[in-house]
Amino acid sequence: MSAYFEAINLGKTYKTPSGDAVIVDGFELTMKKGEFVCVLGHSGCGKSTVLSMVAGLNEISTGSVILDGTEIEAASPDRGVVFQSPCLLPWMTTWDNVMLGVNQVYYHASKQERNQIVEYYLTVVGLADAMKKRPGELSAGMRQRVGLARAFALSPKMLLLDEPFGMLDKLTKFELQQVLLDLWNRERLTAMMITHDVDEAIYLADRVVMMTNGPAARVGEIVEIDFERPRDRRELMLDPRYIEYRKQLISFLEERVYLLDSPSNKTLAA
Amino acid sequence: MSASIVDTATNSADEKAFRKPGIRYNPNRVAHNLNKLGLGYFSPFARLIGRDEPAKQVREILTNTLLPVVAFAVFILIWSVLASIVKTDSVQIPSPHQSWYALTGKAIPLLGHPFPDSVDGHSKPYFAENEGLDPKSINGFAAAEKANAQKYYVSQNERVQKFKDRATAAEKEGDSEKAEKYRGNAEMFASKTYQGNKTFYDQIWISLLTILIGFVIATLIAIPIGVLCGISPLFNVAVNPLIQLFKPVSPLAWFPIVFVLTTWGIDTPPSDSIWQRALWTSAGVVMLCSLWPTLINTAVGVASVDRDHLNVAKVLKLGWFKRIWKIVLPASLPLIFTGLRLSIGVGWMVLIAADMMAQNQGLGKFVWDMYQNGDTMSTAQIIVAVFVIGGIGFFLDRIMLVFQRLVTFEDQSI
Ligand SMILES: Nc1ncnc2c1ncn2[C@@H]1O[C@H](COP(=O)(O)OP(=O)(O)OP(=O)(O)O)[C@@H](O)[C@H]1O
Ligand SMILES: [Mg+2]
Repeated sequence: MSAYFEAINLGKTYKTPSGDAVIVDGFELTMKKGEFVCVLGHSGCGKSTVLSMVAGLNEISTGSVILDGTEIEAASPDRGVVFQSPCLLPWMTTWDNVMLGVNQVYYHASKQERNQIVEYYLTVVGLADAMKKRPGELSAGMRQRVGLARAFALSPKMLLLDEPFGMLDKLTKFELQQVLLDLWNRERLTAMMITHDVDEAIYLADRVVMMTNGPAARVGEIVEIDFERPRDRRELMLDPRYIEYRKQLISFLEERVYLLDSPSNKTLAA
Repeated sequence: MSASIVDTATNSADEKAFRKPGIRYNPNRVAHNLNKLGLGYFSPFARLIGRDEPAKQVREILTNTLLPVVAFAVFILIWSVLASIVKTDSVQIPSPHQSWYALTGKAIPLLGHPFPDSVDGHSKPYFAENEGLDPKSINGFAAAEKANAQKYYVSQNERVQKFKDRATAAEKEGDSEKAEKYRGNAEMFASKTYQGNKTFYDQIWISLLTILIGFVIATLIAIPIGVLCGISPLFNVAVNPLIQLFKPVSPLAWFPIVFVLTTWGIDTPPSDSIWQRALWTSAGVVMLCSLWPTLINTAVGVASVDRDHLNVAKVLKLGWFKRIWKIVLPASLPLIFTGLRLSIGVGWMVLIAADMMAQNQGLGKFVWDMYQNGDTMSTAQIIVAVFVIGGIGFFLDRIMLVFQRLVTFEDQSI
């Protein structure tokens, strides 16, 4: 299977007053087209750093990222990003927030077509009634729905999500996971999502990538989640494999994460 | 007895109509909007109308009203005492009553006349023309000017009519050349306007016009430069020393330079035009002094736009114009308006001095002329001018505050 997305020896080093801080080192990951990968790891290990390098918002120190055969450079609408806080522009309506990106990507399309695109995505995420509202008037969950609509409306080659539901309560989180899966099932975008939530990872991902603790974090273990799609949350919970996956993930995060040596440690020892 | 029963009945009926759905009055929302408009003083009234904790609202209204009134009364008292102490041979600090008289031209009945001399000096008919106002007072002078203007236009109309009559007469006689000449005369007289003295109220308008011009030009210069400073560190490094150097310069120092500029750049306008050179000079000084707060706040606002918002621009690969127009400017609007509010305050303060120097027909000129008169009545008029200047400054500040609040969006980061 050919790789659609490939991170090769990806690394990030920050210059700090007390010398270079190696945050990520030798991060290797390949993804197939249309694959959904969740990245798990302890807080501060460098997950957001990896994601923002892939997004082109953070400079790559070492290695490279290849998407659809070309090496990524600056940020671009071919990678839709959803952050923990939805980063909507508060002076624009929901509609305009989505339209801003659609105008950029579909500049060759007619006004009417662009309107249809915006309307379509806002309706799919369940905001048909809130199109003319400003972000300030929306609840946190609704804002993140706009964030999802905005990212999907770009029809990106890849979707990058950084703990998109991290600040939501459990119920809203479930709702939004559903919205995300619905959207994803329609388009099967290649997606990389960072999360802290083991259940979320199992429910959404084809593979769960676990990162080792920093400094010099990299990919520790990868767990294939073998559930067929579309998935049903309740059925999943009853599946014996679910418990098994959960055990695997948690035991990595609790135990093995500390045991793995990072490559830079090895080179130091050598 | 029966009347009161009827009263209560209609009252409750009113109340029902009042609570009908559709026209529901939401006291909280009205109060919130009043606050937003800088009219927070009235929000307890709005709540009271909506019967929202009436006792608390009444208490709030009383404190908000009584305390300032008490403070003002104390101020008047101290002022009166000072006025009775500070006296030289020729002039004294005018008392509150004298200041009132200087504005209205009428004494407060029970207090006796504040300027006995000014009544004795004039005969009755002179007063009668001014609706009984002392013509040396602000309002009396304005009334006299109005009467003069009316008189002028009456006689002007007579003259115009006379020439028109002559023109028709000449036409009847068949002398079309003469008729043409008379008609021209009539037109010439009709086009003339009254060139009287500027009253205090004209001067207020001229001051407002001057600050408007100065402020608009300052804004048009400051915002683009501020945006450039904010987005380009290189540009900022280049011009920052100049900004820091010119920011603290007094309007009095700018005046001669602006004066040279306007003398060089502006032709002498006809004497009845309001676009006098002095007005431009004054506006120029205002512009130079009120430029800086807007410029600096814009630069800071643009430089400190939320990273998240800039990331949106990056991901969407917005062109620079869209980035500025759709993201950077809206995000920095609150700070820009903070700057504009400071600027208009500085501008208004500077304007009075600039008017004095430039002899622009604004409030500064009024203060200057009254100062030249040197008597107590004129000093009392200066005190009136001080209140008016303060009041207008306060009003301008409120307007800017409203704009500032309108562009400040509630923080959206959860
Ligand atoms: N500009 C910087 N200079 C130095 N160190 C930095 C800088 N930015 C981030 N770091 C460090 O990089 C590390 C990884 O940060 P990152 O935000 O990627 O972690 P994360 O895995 O996303 O954590 P979380 O789960 O809490 O979001 C942190 O220890 C942080 O202190
Ligand atoms: Mg993070």
